[in-house]
Amino acid sequence: MAANGQIKIFTLKIDGKDVSARSDQTVLQVCRENEFFIPTLCHLEGLSNIGACRLCMVEVAGQRKLLPACTTMVSEAMEVTTTNDKLAHYRKMTLELIFSERNHTCSVCVSNNHCELQFLSQKLGINHIRVPYRFPKFAVDASHPYFILDHNRCILCTRCVRVCDEIEGAHVWDVSGRGIQAKVITELNQPWGSADTCTQCGKCVNVCPVGALSEKGRSVAENTKRSGFLPYLTARRKEKI
Amino acid sequence: MPKTITIDPVTRIEGHAKITIYVDDNGTISDAQFHVTQLRGFEKLSEGRPFTEMPSLMARICGICPVSHLMASAKACDNLMAVKVPVTGHNLRKVMNMAQIIQSHALSFFHLSSPDLLLGMDADPAIRNILGVAAKRPELAKDGIRLRQIGQQMIELLGGKRIHPSWVVPGGVNAALTAEHRAAMLKEMPEIKEIVRRALNWYHPVVKHYQEEIAVFANFPTLFMGLVNKNGEVEYYDGTLRFMDSAGNIVSDGIDPSEYDTWIGEKVESYSYLKSVFYKPMGYPGGIYRVGPLARLNIASKCGTPLADEELAGFRSIQKGPVSSSFHYHYARLIEILNCAERVEDILKDDECMNPHVRAIANPNCFDGVGVSEAPRGTLIHHYRIDENGLIKWANLIIATGHNNLAMNRGVLQVARHYLDGLNPKEGMLNRIEAVIRTFDPCLSCSTHAAGQMPMQIDIQAPNGEILKTITR
Ligand code: SF4
Ligand code: SF4
Ligand code: FES
Repeated sequence: MAANGQIKIFTLKIDGKDVSARSDQTVLQVCRENEFFIPTLCHLEGLSNIGACRLCMVEVAGQRKLLPACTTMVSEAMEVTTTNDKLAHYRKMTLELIFSERNHTCSVCVSNNHCELQFLSQKLGINHIRVPYRFPKFAVDASHPYFILDHNRCILCTRCVRVCDEIEGAHVWDVSGRGIQAKVITELNQPWGSADTCTQCGKCVNVCPVGALSEKGRSVAENTKRSGFLPYLTARRKEKI
Repeated sequence: MPKTITIDPVTRIEGHAKITIYVDDNGTISDAQFHVTQLRGFEKLSEGRPFTEMPSLMARICGICPVSHLMASAKACDNLMAVKVPVTGHNLRKVMNMAQIIQSHALSFFHLSSPDLLLGMDADPAIRNILGVAAKRPELAKDGIRLRQIGQQMIELLGGKRIHPSWVVPGGVNAALTAEHRAAMLKEMPEIKEIVRRALNWYHPVVKHYQEEIAVFANFPTLFMGLVNKNGEVEYYDGTLRFMDSAGNIVSDGIDPSEYDTWIGEKVESYSYLKSVFYKPMGYPGGIYRVGPLARLNIASKCGTPLADEELAGFRSIQKGPVSSSFHYHYARLIEILNCAERVEDILKDDECMNPHVRAIANPNCFDGVGVSEAPRGTLIHHYRIDENGLIKWANLIIATGHNNLAMNRGVLQVARHYLDGLNPKEGMLNRIEAVIRTFDPCLSCSTHAAGQMPMQIDIQAPNGEILKTITR
């Protein structure tokens, strides 16, 4: 954005194609508008961007490092590459590392066939995990009357944390621990069922990209989600203010 | 000097099994043991999982009979929820269960056992397989393949997937039947009946040549167990448990499946990971019993459908009282296929099968649930306990092959005694040991290997571990 808050129009190149963008847009937004495919997991339309999953990495001319498209703002004359062998390699490796961190057994998962991680893995051609699995032992938290949290499938995208804080305003969720020890917690690490702040709205369940959060009573492959409600909800709220 | 003969591995069975035959100082066989050397641990790994995952998780126990596990597991979950499953939900599950029995029996009879029957137990193993059958009697092989295909297609039409459908859920099934799929299934029933008719016409004269095998293929008195419906007829999905003794007396009847452990005991033997199951009132191992097609036809008053009952009369004429030779599992399988086709037809002809209400929804309301169904190979029991949040605390499974374990061991002993002369096996002993196991179609036998021979090795071992003789083929 320009210093005086005025929105400007920039021209940039994506994969060699000239496109124009508003100065308040992210590279990801512009790419999507122009139908360049960039895989994402932690990004969700309607929530803030945190650049956690690193799947949306792109190359920007003049930058030594790869940059996450979801948190990088556009600039004038920027040259972005969304697809090449190096990016494909990094994206695959990122997905493989996500799989190796927890226990993903798609065939018996509530989210089978409705899972963003699974969908992206198929799309990016993952057929082997080349790093050893860690097989961590995580208990399932089924103490909530309506929902289940299964850390075994959590990819730490923090969509649940953000939606609960930014949209619902309840801030039930947080991330505890660092690095490989990190995990999502409810109400400062109390069982979800005992969280007084939880309004039981189910937004977290609906934005979770995988089978980590699900409605109780759903069987295998029945965890369909409605995450499209978010942009609509935020737009309606802005109108009211 | 006592010696040990080991057959390892026994193949054309799923999983790993091994046989040891013990020979005493006089060269006579003292015992035979059928070892299942694989530990699956499904009971353990289900601990802590939401009960709603159980049907699909448990179906992974087996790639050939996943549907049977789906049924027993879903029924156990119904009981955890304490719901009344809608009639159509039950009926559609029944259709899938019977489709499973049809395809599995087809595999057992045509692919795995017909080579022995058509080409002879002593035929060259290189041709004694379904390909050999196809060469000698193409229409028999074709019928078998077609029958299996029909069963598999029915499972796919109902569940959307052949091998591990997730359509069967706690409380019922998750999608109603479509008119198109109903018609597609109904259309196949006459062909199933024709195929079985042709198979029976072929089987009846052929079986006359196998009197020696009939006499020693696990042919001894045991109890029989299975489900029967409220009219005492053969039942594959619901009903109550019945035990019949070797003389044909019904010794326990109307047993609610949830009380199975009052009647059924499980014993762990150090030689096998497969538990030996017995009828408690008669103790171990006296309470030996058999389950599966032979047992189901023995214990029931009738099949309850016209064509199957006609054929059942022939089955009953084999001997007075319950049929005791496990060789006749083959015949019983054909009759059951007929029975299933007729029953599927009955369900699908009734418009009730199109009722869209196929599932009951509820949270868990009971902490303990038992589900019983008849798998192709026999009674299958799933028993779960959950905590107040619906997570599995404990699970116990009794599979068909477990019920038959004692009888299989004894069957191997009987065949070995008949065909082993001192340390020297008579011609064809290995083939017959493998064939007697196959009559039970043990669940560890299901998978693959429809073509190809069973590589077998017998080690004759001195007590000090020295191998005195090795016979391989
Ligand atoms: S969360 Fe997705 S990737 Fe993980 S097990 Fe479930 S379906 Fe598979
Ligand atoms: S529970 Fe779901 S939404 Fe929350 S961090 Fe884990 S994967 Fe993301
Ligand atoms: S979508 Fe950009 S880092 Fe996750």
